[in-house]
Parts: sequence; structure tokens; C-alpha cells
Amino acid sequence: MFDTLSDRLQTALGGLSRKGRLDEETVTKAMREVRLALLEADVDFEVVKEFVAAIKERALGADVLTGLEPGQRVVKIVHEELTQLMGAGDSKLAFGRPPTVILMTGLQGSGKTTSSAKLALLLRREGKQPALVAADLQRPAAIDQLEQLGRQIQVPVYRGDNADPVAVSKAGVEWAKHNGNDVVIVDTAGRLHVDEELMDELARVRDATKPLNVLLVLDAMTGQEAVNVAKAFQERVAFDGLVMTKLDGDARGGAALSVKAVTGCPIKLVSIGEKLDQIEWFHPDRMASRILGMGDVLTLIEKAEAAAEEGEQEEMERRMRAGEFTFDDFLSSYRMIRRMGPLQGVLKMMPGIGKQLDGIDIDEKQMARVEAIVLSMTPHERRVPHAINGPRRRRIADGSGTTIDEVNKLLQARKQMAKMVKQMGKGKLPALPPELTRAPRR
Amino acid sequence: MSRTWAELLGDAAGVVDDEERTGFFGRLRESLSKSRRALTDQLAAAAFDAADDESWERLEVALLRADVGVPATAELVGRLEARGEIGSLEDALAEEVERLFGEPPTLAVQGATPRVILVVGVNGTGKTTTIGKLANTLREHGRSVLLGAGDTFRAAAEEQLEIWATRSGADLVGASAGGDPAAVAFDAIEAGRARGRDVVIIDTAGRLHTQTNLMAELEKVRRVIAGRIDDAPHETLLVVDATTGQNGLQQARLFAAAAGVTGVVLTKLDGSAKGGVAVAIAHELGLPVKLVGVGEAVGDLRPFDAHDFARALISG
Ligand SMILES: Nc1nc2c(ncn2[C@@H]2O[C@H](COP(=O)(O)OP(=O)(O)OP(=O)(O)O)[C@@H](O)[C@H]2O)c(=O)[nH]1
Ligand SMILES: [Mg+2]
Repeated sequence: MFDTLSDRLQTALGGLSRKGRLDEETVTKAMREVRLALLEADVDFEVVKEFVAAIKERALGADVLTGLEPGQRVVKIVHEELTQLMGAGDSKLAFGRPPTVILMTGLQGSGKTTSSAKLALLLRREGKQPALVAADLQRPAAIDQLEQLGRQIQVPVYRGDNADPVAVSKAGVEWAKHNGNDVVIVDTAGRLHVDEELMDELARVRDATKPLNVLLVLDAMTGQEAVNVAKAFQERVAFDGLVMTKLDGDARGGAALSVKAVTGCPIKLVSIGEKLDQIEWFHPDRMASRILGMGDVLTLIEKAEAAAEEGEQEEMERRMRAGEFTFDDFLSSYRMIRRMGPLQGVLKMMPGIGKQLDGIDIDEKQMARVEAIVLSMTPHERRVPHAINGPRRRRIADGSGTTIDEVNKLLQARKQMAKMVKQMGKGKLPALPPELTRAPRR
Repeated sequence: MSRTWAELLGDAAGVVDDEERTGFFGRLRESLSKSRRALTDQLAAAAFDAADDESWERLEVALLRADVGVPATAELVGRLEARGEIGSLEDALAEEVERLFGEPPTLAVQGATPRVILVVGVNGTGKTTTIGKLANTLREHGRSVLLGAGDTFRAAAEEQLEIWATRSGADLVGASAGGDPAAVAFDAIEAGRARGRDVVIIDTAGRLHTQTNLMAELEKVRRVIAGRIDDAPHETLLVVDATTGQNGLQQARLFAAAAGVTGVVLTKLDGSAKGGVAVAIAHELGLPVKLVGVGEAVGDLRPFDAHDFARALISG
């Protein structure tokens, strides 16, 4: 199984020369891989077709980029186009004469209620005074859920005593206005886009509350259906933007591209965890990397920051700036990664890391071995890895109950990481996964 | 002819309800919205011609659009090609999909009671609703049911299950403070035993399969259940939203590894999503689909029928 577009392209185009323009045959081959990668990321079939056609043209006309292999050039072009496509449009919310109404809509189980509360917290932290309206009168205990969340984040929640969501929403907005809240977030019941009756009800809720922002909440795991859903919601309630949820998992999130492509509506917010502060404004470049499976270095760094203890974090930052990366750093990032939880997910986010640790096979058990190796080094060796010569390697292997081979692999991995860290420290993303810069496999 | 509850539950056949036999997908096809019909009309109208590349391409597109995914689509198309003679595409495809899904599964509710069913899945797929509906059906088929509110995480999760318990006439065992799902499972089984209930169904909090600590928690719940009754849980059902794309496969992989999944429940098939990822799951992991969710009401749960499912994949 291919994991990333970069892997695919390297395999498909591995033997080709660095010189000259991309020829038709190369590009055609590359486009086949791009197509598969996008389909695997759940981008809509038609959208893939159009996108690939557009990319193909650009790739054929692409200028000679010295130093880049054909695969790299294609990845770069695809990444740029994706970023541009998804980044078009305003990702900010609109605010008008208070109270500004935000209407949350979407399918069942997409995460509307949690997102409503998260958004309320985010806005409160940005200095607004939001209120929540519980207008999901359908799902058992949905109102209780919103009330409990409201209490946790200290945001008032309106619950009506009416069975009609239109009346409840309207009364809720009035209530918030009366209380001097400047933002009102209305949580609605999940509904299927093919359910005429409920879609009609939603349109009436919109007419009654006059929202400045209608948001469609969409699960990042959504497949080909995303386009039908988005079209239907656009037709009936003309939503202004998208909230992508459950991006803390390992879904590629191709639905984001599909919806953007067919509705033109920008993605505004992404929800990245179960905690109520885990929501953030949308970054198109990160989403592009994610869809391509290129790894999401920025998100990784943020996660690491969250997981690191205060002092540790500052120290890491200083070292990164200085382009240092010793085995002490290696060890503490390992431990950090461990605290971050889902190891595979985290490593996937890091371009090339999975690859570099090949043979060390990063699973939880192996982590303990890696740790053992580092712990068998002297403090000096950890700080000055170049000092680790042959005899020292033997000693470390013996001390940690591993083999010289494993020790060597770890030394290699550290070197690679140091290189990447240096780039990141300079404020540059390693634009292309390191495995691409190594000699082609074939 | 669709699969009946009696068949799924391993009960002696009762009077077969005509409506039940027509099957959900049959009715679904009748009520399809126009827009969605276009594609299949293409497939059906341009009678499938095995010698025609375009026919194959249309089939591929239909399967990809149904979220079957590239590898499983290639597998199905490959199998069809190998047949040479296709005849009716719908029937041929249905046969291949059925073969892929294997023998029609049963739900392990026969045997010494209480039978224990553990329900798992990512957030918002329909676990709690499925439990409510399943409890109701089991009650209708002569079983007494007890529900364990093992979602101790999400706000108001217990309240939600409690409403379903009332609707379906099942008992409820909640989290008596503490909030440890394994403890809830323990209590639920003890209560089920003491009260002589036939089936105990345990709800769990939605979790992403990438959250290793939460997946470990599921393993613990399983261990505790197995510690009370040797061969339990008798079923571990993974609830998958039919709207899910290729990530569903990864969900199935990791939940299967952590929780020993015995079957899939495919929910929200009342929308226009086809749930093709279930084919990918069966193809790669050999996990059968046992139930399908077709709405939010208490009666909206059906036994899975591979033949109906296959036909719906490429129709409408
Ligand atoms: N249309 C439709 N909606 C469904 C179906 N099954 C569940 N739902 C809805 O999906 C939403 C989520 O269902 P829940 O049962 O709360 O899902 P869950 O998996 O228990 O969710 P968490 O416990 O929050 O992870 C609710 O609004 C349900 O009514 C179905 O088959 N069809
Ligand atoms: Mg639930």
C-alpha cells in the first residue's frame, strides 16, 4: 500500500532525469498516481477528474526547476494548486450589528453540538460575549448535552419550552439580544440532505433568525457523498462556510476539497480534538498537505508544543533555532510523542519520519528499545553524537541489549531529524518530504 | 427476498412479514430522488456490454462513487471480468458482492444467557441510536434486554440512552459515579444476571481509532466482560456511518485489533450514501455487516442483506 503521494510518485517516476521539462509521458504517469491518491483521500470523483486535468496542463507547461526531480516538481505543483483552491474566499466569520447570529447545520453525527460549544469558547476568548441556543429538539438529550457544555465554558444556553425549532430559535435570539450578548450560536438538529421536510424546516429557522453566518458542519471522514450533501445544503440554506470536524483522526479529509470545489464556500474552522478548546481557524496549506498525505509539520509542532512541559518547550525552541538536535532532544521528543498519544497518527504527520525510522519499526514496544539505546549513551555522547565511534556503538548496543545495527539506524534517524529541525528552525517547512530527496528506489 | 430478523437471530421462522421481505433497499429504490438516479439509469439503460470498455468504466465509476474504494473496486471488476459471461450486471455484481461478504451472518443471541453485545465506533456514527433500536427489536422477538451506559465521557450520553431504554422497554444500568466504562460493563452484566435478562447491550463513548489510550480503554472493557462470562462479549459490533469514505477501512482495522469486532452495523442508509466502504472492509478484513440503520425512529433497523445492498450500490 502506498501511503503518500510522494511515495507513489517516486515509485512511478523514480528513474527519470532531473533535466528538462516534464514530457507528456511522465506527466500522464504522474497524473494517474495523483488521481489515485486523491480518490483514496475521498475527494469527489468528478472533482478529481477536473483537478487532475488542470494540474496536468500546468505540469506540462512547468518551467524547468533546477535541482528538483520530476516527482518533486509534480508534488509541488499539486500542493500549490490545492492550497490555492482551498484558500480562496474569506475564512473569517462575518460580524454585524449585534447580536450576530451563527447557524450551525449539518448531517446527523457530524459534530454540530460540540462545534457550537467550541466556537462559543473560541469567540469568548477573542473578546466576544456569545450565547448558545439549543434548537436540536430531535435527538434525545441533545439539549442536556448543550446545557452541560455551556456550563463548562461559562456561556449561557437558551432552552425553549416549545416543540417547534423555528419558534425556539427565534425566541433564543431575542433572549440573547435582551441579555446583551453580541453573538448567538444556534445549534440545530442533524438532518439528511434528502429529507425534504427537515430541510424545509431548516430554511424556516434561517429565515426566522437571519444569521450572518450559516455554517455547514462536515465530518472529515465523509466520502463521496460530501458533494451531494453540500449541494443540497447550499440550495436550501445557502451556507457561507464549512466547519470540518474530527480532523484529529487520520482521515485525509478530501471532502474539504470536494465541497470547496463544488460550492465555492470557504472552509472556516477545523475541529481537532474532543476538548472544547480544540478548534481553530482554517489553514489551506495544512489541509493540502494532509490530503496529499505529505504530513502536516505545523500541526505536529503545535501538538508537540501542547504536549511539552513549559520549560521543555522553550528549550526545544531555542535549540531548533540554533539548528541543534542532540540525542537529549531526540529522547525528549520521543517522550513528547508518547504523551501525544496515537503514535502512528503523529508519525504520519511528519514528512518522511515514518520512512526514516524504517527498520526500527516504530511501535510501542520498539519505542522502549529506542529509549534504551539513548539511555545507554553517556551524557557527553548524547550531546555530541559525532563522538559515537565504533567501540562506543558496540558498548551502547551491549548496554541496551540491542544490536549494533539498531544503534546505527538510530544514529541515522537522528541525523535526518536534525536536518529537518534545522530547516524548521529557520522558519522553513521542509517543502518536500526528505525521502524524495534520496536516491530513487529503482 | 430479503433476510428476516428470525434468520439473523437464529430463531425458528415465524410468519414472514411481506414488508420485511421486500426489504429496505427495495423500497428505497422506489423512492429515489431524481438527481441520484441519473448515474444508474446510465448503467442500466446502456445495457452492460462486456466487450465494451465504456461499460466497464461506467461500472468502475459507479463503485468508486459509492465509496467502495480503489482496491475493492478493482477486485470486483476483476472477478466480473473473469466470469466472461455477465448476463444481467445487477445480478452478477450482487453475486460477487455476496461472495465477498461470505455466508449470511447471524447475531449471537442464542445460548446461555445473558448474551453480551458490546457496541463500539467513532464519534457520532449512531451507536446509541442503534442500541435503542436493537433493544426494541430484541424485545419484539421475545428477549428481555438490559442496557449499560458505558459512555461516561460525552455530555448527556447517559440521559440519551435512558430515553432509548424507556422507548424500547429495556432496563438501564448507568454509571454510578466514577465514570469508568469497564465498571459500568461489570455492573451491567451483574445486573443482567441477577435479573435474568436475555441480552445485555453495552454502549461506549465514541472515539477515534487513532486515540491509543481510548482504544486501550476498550480492550479493558472487553477484558472485564470476558472476566465475568467466559465467551463474552458474544458480539462486538462496530457502528460505521454509511457516509464514511475510505477512512472507514482504517476504523475497522484498528477497532478490530483493539476490540475484536465480530460484525459491522452500517447506519444512515436512509440518506443517499451507499456505504460502499463496507465492501472494502469485507474485502480486506472479512468482517460481515450484520445490521443496517435506516432512520432515527425505533423501527429503523434491519438485518443486512448482501443481495439488496449490492443492487443498491449501483442503482440510484
Ligand atoms: N438518518 C439517520 N440518522 C441516524 C441513524 N442512526 C443514528 N442516527 C442519528 O445520528 C446521530 C448520532 O447518533 P448517536 O446514536 O447519538 O451516535 P453515537 O455513535 O452514539 O454518538 P456518540 O456517542 O456521540 O459518539 C443522531 O442524531 C441519530 O439520530 C440512521 O440510521 N439514520
Ligand atoms: Mg452515543
